[in-house]
Amino acid sequence: MSHAATQETHSHPALQHHFENMEQQREAGTLGMWVFLVTEIMFFGGMFLAYTLYRGTYGAAFASASNHLDIKLGAFNTGVLILSSFTMAMAVYFTQIGKSRPQIFCLLLTLILGLTFLGVKAVEYKSKYDDSLVPGRLIPNRPFGPEVAHEGELSEHKLHLLGNATLKQVELFYWIYFAMTGMHALHMIIGAGLLTFLLIFSIKGRYGPEYHSPVEVIGLYWHFVDIVWIFLFPLLYLLGRHFEHM
Amino acid sequence: MSEHIVPVRVYVTIFLVLLVGTVLTVAAAFQDFSFQFGTHEIPFNTIIALTIAVTKATFVVLYFMHVRYSSRLVWVIVTSALFWMAILFALTFADYWTRGWLPVGY
Repeated sequence: MSHAATQETHSHPALQHHFENMEQQREAGTLGMWVFLVTEIMFFGGMFLAYTLYRGTYGAAFASASNHLDIKLGAFNTGVLILSSFTMAMAVYFTQIGKSRPQIFCLLLTLILGLTFLGVKAVEYKSKYDDSLVPGRLIPNRPFGPEVAHEGELSEHKLHLLGNATLKQVELFYWIYFAMTGMHALHMIIGAGLLTFLLIFSIKGRYGPEYHSPVEVIGLYWHFVDIVWIFLFPLLYLLGRHFEHM
Repeated sequence: MSEHIVPVRVYVTIFLVLLVGTVLTVAAAFQDFSFQFGTHEIPFNTIIALTIAVTKATFVVLYFMHVRYSSRLVWVIVTSALFWMAILFALTFADYWTRGWLPVGY
């Protein structure tokens, strides 16, 4: 496993004293990141559990509330995140083969795409705020209380209640919606900070084929956040669309 | 064990697969696939959406996150996440699904 590395005559400046060689250090870093990601999976898992449970109990309300979300913005954001995951993977690739300029370009592109996602999310949150869909009394003078559309009435901003759905149950959906997308957005903000850090040190030329653990490990985090959205998008935005024509 | 560099063509393929998956999941959401099975209504839309999501996530984990080329130890860690998630869901639903099966006070 380590015969290639023991031939190194001088050690890399980034090698920590408690590791034998760069290979071992990189593997330990990747493994540590995966252990952290497992705890993240469990953290989001609790919220997915709450979602599953209440969607099972209040199906009609969840479908009504979900249909009010903007599917176009949601789908656009899914595309943006997938593209950003691709550019992140390419950043790791260019670091591994030692191409500095494309590496910096890919990291910058990933950061811009991440910020685009957050911008679109802000637009969506604003529209929910305008329609009084922020649950509870979190916003002063604007408690949860959307206008409800009557039968046959077509309105983009009013809520269409399906079947036996009640507003109280719709509110529960929005608690879960804001908790899950909010935690996801927080992870995106942290990810954008980490990317800025990577970008600065990439410009300084710190990462290359010998030493690229930070790029790889932050890449793992970025892909994880992408995966969370891959599940959030269909579960939050698409669950009740096929009821719309009923 | 030296590190594996994933070729660009693999990354591009995975990217395209993920985009196609997204288009498919949106298109499928507008069709009603649910059907009656005995007295049960089967929510097939959800099953389709989750199948696509799990497939997309698997591709991201295996290729973008390099798990396919990683050590056995990484595989164990990744699998353990699925294992603990299964416990979380199985034990919780063992409670919720069986509530009311026995009369109160039994």
